[in-house]
Amino acid sequence: MRLATRRKLLQASVLSAPLLWTFLFLFLPYMILTTYSFYEKKFPTFVPAFQFGNYYQLISDPQYYQVIFRSGWIGGLTAICALLLAYPFCYFLVFVVKSARVRLALYMAVIIPLWVSYLLRAYTWKTILGYEGILNSFLVWAGFLSEPTDIFIYNKFSMVLTLTYIFIPFTVMPIYTSLEKIPRNLIEASKDLGAGSFLTFLKVTLPLSMPGVIAGMTFTFCLTSGDFLAPFLVGGPDGFLIANVMITQFGAALNWPLGSALSIIMLIVVLTIISLSDRFQRAGRLDLG
Amino acid sequence: MNADTTHGNILIANAIKDRRESSLEKISNRFGGGLLTSMSMCVLAFLYLPITVLIAFSFNDSRILSLPWRGFTWRWYEALFANADLQQAIWNSIYVGLIATLITVIIGVPAAFALDRYNFPGKTLFRRFVLLPIALPGIITGVAMLNMFSTLGINLSLETVIMGHATALVSVVATQVFARLQRINRSMEEASADLGAKPWQTFWYVTLPNIRSAIVGSALLAFTLSFDEIPVTFFLIGRENTLPMYIYSTLRRGITPEINAVGTLIILASLGLIILSVWLLHDDRKKR
Repeated sequence: MRLATRRKLLQASVLSAPLLWTFLFLFLPYMILTTYSFYEKKFPTFVPAFQFGNYYQLISDPQYYQVIFRSGWIGGLTAICALLLAYPFCYFLVFVVKSARVRLALYMAVIIPLWVSYLLRAYTWKTILGYEGILNSFLVWAGFLSEPTDIFIYNKFSMVLTLTYIFIPFTVMPIYTSLEKIPRNLIEASKDLGAGSFLTFLKVTLPLSMPGVIAGMTFTFCLTSGDFLAPFLVGGPDGFLIANVMITQFGAALNWPLGSALSIIMLIVVLTIISLSDRFQRAGRLDLG
Repeated sequence: MNADTTHGNILIANAIKDRRESSLEKISNRFGGGLLTSMSMCVLAFLYLPITVLIAFSFNDSRILSLPWRGFTWRWYEALFANADLQQAIWNSIYVGLIATLITVIIGVPAAFALDRYNFPGKTLFRRFVLLPIALPGIITGVAMLNMFSTLGINLSLETVIMGHATALVSVVATQVFARLQRINRSMEEASADLGAKPWQTFWYVTLPNIRSAIVGSALLAFTLSFDEIPVTFFLIGRENTLPMYIYSTLRRGITPEINAVGTLIILASLGLIILSVWLLHDDRKKR
C-alpha cells in the first residue's frame, strides 16, 4: 500500500514537467490560435469576436485560395520529383550494392546534408541559378550562350528543384527502410517461378515498398507546402506559398486573425494527410500477411 | 525432407535460373544495373555539387559569384572575423541552442518514460501533442506561440526563441529515447529492484547507461536543428538575431561571398558534431 503510493508519487513527479510543458507551450498556443482565427480585423489591429469571416475570405478570395492550391501543387510536384530520384537510389543501395559498409556510407551520404543548414542549401541554388549566377556565367564563358538567361530562376522550375534538393533525404529514409525490410526469399521465389526482373519488381518489390513510398511522399509534401524560404530565395513574383502569406498577415498586413485562420486550415490539411497516409501504410503492411 | 533432396532441388533451381539468365535476361539485368548505378551517382552529384560550389566560392577572389575563377583568397573569412554583428549572432545561436537542448532533454526524457511505461488519463492526447511539432511545418508552431506570448503580454526576445525551439524539438528527443526504451530489456531493472535498489539507483545505474547514447545522440541532433532553425525563430525573435536570421536578413540585401564563408564554417562545425556523435555512440557500443 505504501509502495503503491510512493510509486504514484514517483510517476506524478516524472510526468509533471512534460505534462506542464505540453499544456503551456503546445495545448494553450493551439487553443489561442484557434480563438484568434475567429477574431475580427478592425483598424488598426483586431477585436475579439466569434465569426467565420476569416475562413470565408480564405476560400472565396482568389488571392488566398490560389495560394493554397499552388502550395499543394508545388508540394505534389516536389514529392514526385523526390520520389523519382530517391526510389532508384534506394533500390540501388539495397539490391545492387553488395558490401554492407559501402551501403551504409552511401546512405549516410544522403542523410548528412540534413545536418547542413537548410537556409544555406536553398541559398546555394540562388547563387547557382541566378541571372549573374554560376550556371549562367559558366554557359556564357564556355560559349553556349551569348548572354545570360533568366529562365533558370524565379519560376516553378527553380522552386521545385530547390525544394527537391532540400527535402530529398526525407524521401530516401522511409523508402530505404521499406526496401530493406522486404524478405529476399520472396524475390527469389518470384524469379524461380519464372518472372523476370521487371515483372518481379512490378509484382513483388514495388507493392511491398509502398508504405515507404507513401511515408516519404507525405513527409516531403507536408514539409514543402509549409516552406517559405525557397519562395523567398528562388521563387518568382507569383511564387508565394501559404507560409509566405502567413508571414505577411502576421507582419506587414497586421491581420493576425486571417493569418491564424490560414494556420488552422494548414493544420487541418496536414493532419488529414498524415492520418490518411498512416491508414494507407497500415493497409500496405497487411498485404504482407 | 532430407538434406540431399533439398540440395538437389537447389541445384535444379540454379540450373534453371542459369539457363534463363544466360539469355536476354542477363543482358537486360546488366543494362538495368548499369543504369541504376549511373542514376544513383547522379543523385549523389545532385546532393553534393551545390555544397561543393558553396565551399569553393568562399575562396574565390571576386565579390560576384560567377565563373571564370578569379583566384584564391582568404578575404571573405577575414571579413567574417571583423564582423561584430555576425559574431554576436553566432554567440546568440550557441546560447539559444544550448539552453533549448538542455530543456528538450529535461522534458523529452521524462516524456519518453511516460509514453513507454505509464498509463494515465489523456495519454493518447499527450502523445499526439508531444509528437505534433515533428509532423507540422515549423511555421505553425511559431505562429501559435507568437499568439500566446502576445496574449500574455510577453515581449519577444532570445528567451522566447528558446521556448519555441525547445517546444519544437522536444519531440526529437522524446521519440529517440522512446524508441530506445522500447528495445531495452526490462528484466535488468526488475532484478535491480529485487536486489533492493531504490528507484533512483535503478535509474542511475541500470536504465541510464542503456539509454545514454540515445539521449546524447538526440541532444546533438536537437542542438544542430536549433542552430539552423528559421520557421519558429522568425516569429519569436526580438531585437537580437540568431545566426540563421542574420544570414536571412543579409540575403534580403543581396548575395555576398561572406555568406559562403559562414556556410563553409557551419558545414565544418556540423561535420565535427556528426563525427563526435558517431564516436560517442561507437564508444558506447564497445563498452557493452
